[in-house]
Amino acid sequence: MSVKLNTRQVGDVSVVDVSGRITLGEGSSALRDCLRDLMAQNNKKILLNLSEVSYIDSSGIGELVSGFTSVANSGGTLKLLGLTKRVKDLLQITKLYTVFDVHEEEAHAVRAFA
Amino acid sequence: MEPTLQTLLDQDYPSTLESVDEAETVILKAAADVGFDEDEQHRIGMSVRECMVNAVVHGNRYNRNKVVHVGVTRSCEPEAGEKFTIRIVDQGEGFEIKEVPDPLEENNLLRHSGRGLFLMGAFMDDVKVRKAVPVGTEVTLVKSVPPQQ
Repeated sequence: MSVKLNTRQVGDVSVVDVSGRITLGEGSSALRDCLRDLMAQNNKKILLNLSEVSYIDSSGIGELVSGFTSVANSGGTLKLLGLTKRVKDLLQITKLYTVFDVHEEEAHAVRAFA
Repeated sequence: MEPTLQTLLDQDYPSTLESVDEAETVILKAAADVGFDEDEQHRIGMSVRECMVNAVVHGNRYNRNKVVHVGVTRSCEPEAGEKFTIRIVDQGEGFEIKEVPDPLEENNLLRHSGRGLFLMGAFMDDVKVRKAVPVGTEVTLVKSVPPQQ
């Protein structure tokens, strides 16, 4: 299963529900396109819900990092929600866990944008 | 204990992203058959994926005339114990491992790429990179086989 992305609004926060695999090719480019579209529409608060992401490779990590910096450079904020143990481990190993603002509950995460 | 060597895979793959998926799937099954648990299978599969991506994308640069050779063995030696060894060889121009930036250095943390080799090292017991003969790069990934229950 490749990646699936669904975007919804919670107040002024754009929540992107991501499921499947974020790997080199279709998965990582779909995430890149989604974030690019949100920024083009001037969405400044983006929450990536990764709770249904089963697998992420270094290319997927690269897309998360690029998304994080691109959103920040455009004056916005990108946060992460619901990391699975494997994704959390991966971000810890790569020392990126503390770079991202990571939340376990959506309501908390949305409030954290205020 | 007599030394043994069993070949589990010995195959050339075309330089495509589909080959990455195929090699990962085949090696994951071999790892499961050998007795690795789900977490170890995940680490092995991810290492194979990262290594195959490097071979296809950076080594062979998707060149249709070049292949990626993948070999998998299960070996047993009295001193070393049982090993699951994956050897992935591309036909690219090669690279100097000393020139690969450390992805954990603060200045490199937010780089888009450059974490593949690091992840292989984190997930496998041993990783060796050397120039292949006559061309290319050979990466060897080793994981100790868990004792049978």
